[in-house]
Amino acid sequence: MRTRNETLAGWLFVAPVVLILGVFLLLPIVMALWVSLTGWNGQGSPFRSGVPFVGGDNYTSLFTEDGLPRQDFMTSIRNNLYYVALVVPVQTALALGLALVVNQRMLKGKSFFRTAFYFPSVTSSVAISVVFLFIFANSGAVNALLAGVGIDGPVWFDDSRGLIHLLLDTVGVNSAPGALSNHGVLGLTWWDWLSGPSVAMCAIIALVVWTTSGTFMLMFLAALQQMPQQVEEASLIDGANSWQRLRYVTLPMLRPTLFLVLTLGLIGTWQVFDQIYVMSQGNPAKTTLTPAFLSYRTAFKDFEYGRGAAISFVLFLIIVAMTLLQRWLLRERRSS
Amino acid sequence: MKPRGLVNTFVGYSILIFFALVFLYPFVIQLANSFKTEPDAADNPLSPVPNPVSFAGFERIFEGTNFPLWLGNSLLVTVVLTVGRVFFDSLAGYALARLRFGGRRAIFAGVIAVMAVPGVVLLIPKFLVLNQLGIYDSYTALILPIIVDAAGVFIMKQFFESVPASMEEAARIDGASVFRTYWSVVLPMARPALITLTILSFQGSWNEFPHTLVAVQDPDLFTLPRGLADLVSGSLGTGTQYPLKLGAALLATIPVAIIFVIFQRYFVRGATEGAEKG
Repeated sequence: MRTRNETLAGWLFVAPVVLILGVFLLLPIVMALWVSLTGWNGQGSPFRSGVPFVGGDNYTSLFTEDGLPRQDFMTSIRNNLYYVALVVPVQTALALGLALVVNQRMLKGKSFFRTAFYFPSVTSSVAISVVFLFIFANSGAVNALLAGVGIDGPVWFDDSRGLIHLLLDTVGVNSAPGALSNHGVLGLTWWDWLSGPSVAMCAIIALVVWTTSGTFMLMFLAALQQMPQQVEEASLIDGANSWQRLRYVTLPMLRPTLFLVLTLGLIGTWQVFDQIYVMSQGNPAKTTLTPAFLSYRTAFKDFEYGRGAAISFVLFLIIVAMTLLQRWLLRERRSS
Repeated sequence: MKPRGLVNTFVGYSILIFFALVFLYPFVIQLANSFKTEPDAADNPLSPVPNPVSFAGFERIFEGTNFPLWLGNSLLVTVVLTVGRVFFDSLAGYALARLRFGGRRAIFAGVIAVMAVPGVVLLIPKFLVLNQLGIYDSYTALILPIIVDAAGVFIMKQFFESVPASMEEAARIDGASVFRTYWSVVLPMARPALITLTILSFQGSWNEFPHTLVAVQDPDLFTLPRGLADLVSGSLGTGTQYPLKLGAALLATIPVAIIFVIFQRYFVRGATEGAEKG
């Protein structure tokens, strides 16, 4: 009697969660998989008989067919790769550094600083993006600071030049060597692949590092505070200096957290959307286009829902791969 | 030993103060420039003091934009979402932690799996479902799809598992129904977890942007982040009007900022708990 009651209650209690997650998370994935195989243009239902079934065409247009769709998609992948390559290491290093400083026992006012560093993480990404639009504006704070040290700051959100191209320019390489500009892979020339993040993308990178470091700092801090004090004391008695302590005692013990922060960073950076939407819409010259924003734009602006959904799925696979990497790395930790 | 300690302290404070400026000064800039005139904002973007102090930006926010409408929508959506999430997540968390029923493990595994589904790849799929169900462009579309969240269920389940079972057993023996036991015995004991979940839900709902982008297109249904994004990229996109934009962003940030200052330890708990779910 009691177990029957419990079974009924149990199912009733989880019913809202199961229903809503099922209808708005799982069902949509199946529906989108279908749409990604069609040429649906947004008119009527995508499940009518008149909607053209195109099989894998939406996917091949992203990977194997010459044309604008592949060029845009690969450009967005390139942009996101540079974005990941800069954001993940910088936010991790900054978070770790801040956590180590905030964790020092002799400092006063630590909770104030902790709060200050974490505050940007809890505020609205849209509101913050508006603030950074102003900070990186032509007559904004960053350029005012640069002018203070005699540098003529760039027009941040109009500057599509890549950092690597700019670096090469300083050593006199200002156009692509023939070998790089005439050959390429996946619809972009090697020269295009090797552009580096654009100046505009750097402003977005600065914003994202600024908003996420606080959260990751808290994760490092939680791990640091769980570290047994005896270990540190023992190393002090052994005569280790602070650099040696950091290198041989603290960092090895932080390894699991470091993996966590790195993989969460990898998962998060492939999803950048809000900031792109508010600050640049993929401009200038498509150098801030990311797969997440491209999939949105393709579907809701160009009404190519099939291709938009296909881009979503490719992105989905990238992120699932990162998630599996995370699970795998953290499992290693548990078994060892 | 002593002088080195002093040097360490000095270096430590210097780093902290430098980064505190980096992390907080943008907010100072935002605050100051929303009270500046446009030429002043363009000429002295770094100055923390408006000269002269101008309320023109704020006047235009309330007279020239739909800000009051967005604010109302945000309040409505946030309140319903927060109440809904706290109720449904704790209900499910309780069942998964304490009730024995067939399928429990499978559902929990499903909740964990769903947490890993990245939100941005669901934009098109969510639009498809809302369209199919005929609720696109309605308050229902803004609220229903995100009124439960898997991470909240997880947090509540973890908490309920840490609560001793003796109290609820007594209630059960007295003949209280399962819901009664949950509602009047277990829930009051779960206050710390409920506060954490309430605050995280409030913050998440208040700031929610991508979902609103695919759920509605009617300007009458815009919430604050959506209205703000529209303000920046839409009609005012080309002009500067920074005092106006910064002021609107400031007003959108204030509620979360107040909640953060009062309840920061619950935010911290949420951030570190969320990390352990992996």
